Amino acid sequence: MMPQQPTPSSFWNDTGKTGITAWIFSTDHKRIGLLYFYSVLGFFLIAVVLGLLLRIELMAPGRTIMGAQSYNALFTVHGVIMVFLFIIPGFPGAFGNLVMPIQIGARDVAFPRLNLFSWWLYMLGAGIIITALFTGGGPPDTGWTFYVPFSARTGTNVSLAVFGVFIIGFSSILTGLNFVTTIHRLRAEGMGWTRLPLFVWSLYATAWVQILATPILGITLALVIAERMLGTGLFDSARGGDPLMYQHLFWIYSHPAVYIMILPAMGVISEIIPVFSRKPVFGYKMIAFSSVAIAAAGSLVWGHHMFTSGMSDTAILVFSFLTFVVAIPSAIKVFNWVATLYKGSISLEAPMLFALSFLLLFSIGGLTGLILGAAATDIHVHDTQFVVGHFHYVIFGGSGFAFFGAMHYWLPKFYGRRYAEKPALLAWGLLFTGFNITYFCMMVLGMKGMPRRYYDYLPEFAPLNLASTVGSWLLAIGLVLLLVNLFRGLLWGEPFTGNPWGGATLEWSIATPPPTENFEEEPVVTHGPYDFKGTGIP
Amino acid sequence: MSEPLHRDKAGATLGMWLFLFTELILFGGLFLLYAVYLARYPHEFAVGGKELNVVFGAVNTIVLLTSSLLAAMAVTAIQRDQKTVSVRLLLGTIGCAMIFMGIKYVEWSAKFGHDIYPGSKRLMAGPPGESVFFSLYYLTTGLHGLHVLIGGTLLGFVAVRVQQGKIDSANYSWLENGALYWHLVDLIWIFIFPLYYLIL
Repeated sequence: MMPQQPTPSSFWNDTGKTGITAWIFSTDHKRIGLLYFYSVLGFFLIAVVLGLLLRIELMAPGRTIMGAQSYNALFTVHGVIMVFLFIIPGFPGAFGNLVMPIQIGARDVAFPRLNLFSWWLYMLGAGIIITALFTGGGPPDTGWTFYVPFSARTGTNVSLAVFGVFIIGFSSILTGLNFVTTIHRLRAEGMGWTRLPLFVWSLYATAWVQILATPILGITLALVIAERMLGTGLFDSARGGDPLMYQHLFWIYSHPAVYIMILPAMGVISEIIPVFSRKPVFGYKMIAFSSVAIAAAGSLVWGHHMFTSGMSDTAILVFSFLTFVVAIPSAIKVFNWVATLYKGSISLEAPMLFALSFLLLFSIGGLTGLILGAAATDIHVHDTQFVVGHFHYVIFGGSGFAFFGAMHYWLPKFYGRRYAEKPALLAWGLLFTGFNITYFCMMVLGMKGMPRRYYDYLPEFAPLNLASTVGSWLLAIGLVLLLVNLFRGLLWGEPFTGNPWGGATLEWSIATPPPTENFEEEPVVTHGPYDFKGTGIP
Repeated sequence: MSEPLHRDKAGATLGMWLFLFTELILFGGLFLLYAVYLARYPHEFAVGGKELNVVFGAVNTIVLLTSSLLAAMAVTAIQRDQKTVSVRLLLGTIGCAMIFMGIKYVEWSAKFGHDIYPGSKRLMAGPPGESVFFSLYYLTTGLHGLHVLIGGTLLGFVAVRVQQGKIDSANYSWLENGALYWHLVDLIWIFIFPLYYLIL
């Protein structure tokens, strides 16, 4: 999608090439960022539709629109696409690529060709996963966690899907090592570590998680394939293996992966809140270091997914304790954001509304996480709809809303045109209302004892399920309105030039849309990322 | 516009080291399983370990150590602009890789001949710990063998570029990173060899 009249020297038009090859073979971080953005957005929308279908099925007890096997396949595919194709590559791939090199004053990432290669790997993996849905024994029905022994035995197309996820993991690793190298090597003169925008700090912490955790996912998924193809029996208790080892290995990656999903979202919030409060961020260093602390401590808590799986009580206590430890740096961030708002000159524009709703929804998601992290209460709500509600509060209410906020905050910068404000506010209102109805009902259902992933339920759960489904429709309407308004604006809306939000980070100091080389000459950074006085912005 | 303006050797090396970390952690998953199952089946692991041929393992260790030395020498040679020497040393490394894979082939074939492979009659009938041991053995050495193939191919590609003069003393990141990868392949074997062949 091209804006109608891009400025002559922007990255949209000065490559000398046209057509799709100018995009899919481009090594420009901004073009790769947009490639990622539209790819992840496409998969997000597919998975949204699947989620809506799941909600319609659960609208009333018994069969509503699909059979049990379709339901199993649908919640599996919804999870796989949302986790591996949307939210894990989403922030680093799309907004990390678009914004991070500019924010540190670089003209590109450290390895531009590797960057393009990782997008291709992502698309290859995505293609394999999509192929897996329509070939072999049909779409996988294991849930996105691929737990053995079921994943080793089911006749559905698990091997191919798992192989696709393996390839996507490789892509994620390459993005991570590219970003770490970029942030170490390519910061502009004067861009010291304490002048890095907090979004960059969050990407840095995320990149380390991508590098250190993803290989474990790779070997785990390879072992599932070996289990299915070669009959290695390493997770088969009949042959001396232990299914619990699968769960350990899987969560050693997949819990830190939650931080791949949420840390960059926190970075986005750390950018939006000071800009729309017209106030330097409160506790810069604490927010920056808490990102690293979350990444480090978050790597040691995977066992809290397994409290009912048969671990020793000692292990449960240790993992429970460590889970509470992660809450500390998360709370540090929330308190610092709130302190930034205090006495700020708050302007409630669309990005800010998404950021503020992040604060509320993420806090609900985080605090309900403590209910799950405490061993005693977890036993009661484990594997219930409560978990589904909690997870969506963190990842949709947190990361998803931050993603929408980032779309409204940064995309106009790259298109040179902006969306209309009023429909954006209305879309936000619908999303926020629909979101809370949908997922709060789930949490209550879980507390009442409705298990997750069940096809059918007792009649007493019917009213709340109906409410949750109606909420999901509001959510869907809000989402459609948001996208229509945003993209209409980006293509045909009011021009967006200069620095309308009043940001002090480097991306607001260059032309809109950015030129291919980002900076006409190598920038020298003389002020901090939230030093609004230093920029001369009123 | 697509070519980087400047070469950042330190950046390229940093990126390579990060990648090597990920490879170590990939194998780390298998070593983790080894540790847990060794604690659970110490006796069966000892019996399984006795089945492995220490001579094959030891020769392969020497072969890989030699190949790593040759790769390091190839880097030194290119730093001194000795193109031909460098290419020959790289070919020596690749030759060692082939010897390693040959010995591995003989070793695996012998095991298959003794009816030892995942799902074989003998292992299915024997104690569960032995099946676990040999499954881990095949997966770990198999994954390592795959890395030998990848590393050998990479060094072959690098050797061609050295021969073409695209890699020289001013710009040898490709060669250095290829050699680093080869050292990683070597290093992982240095852990596999004692864990499976010696200490049990």
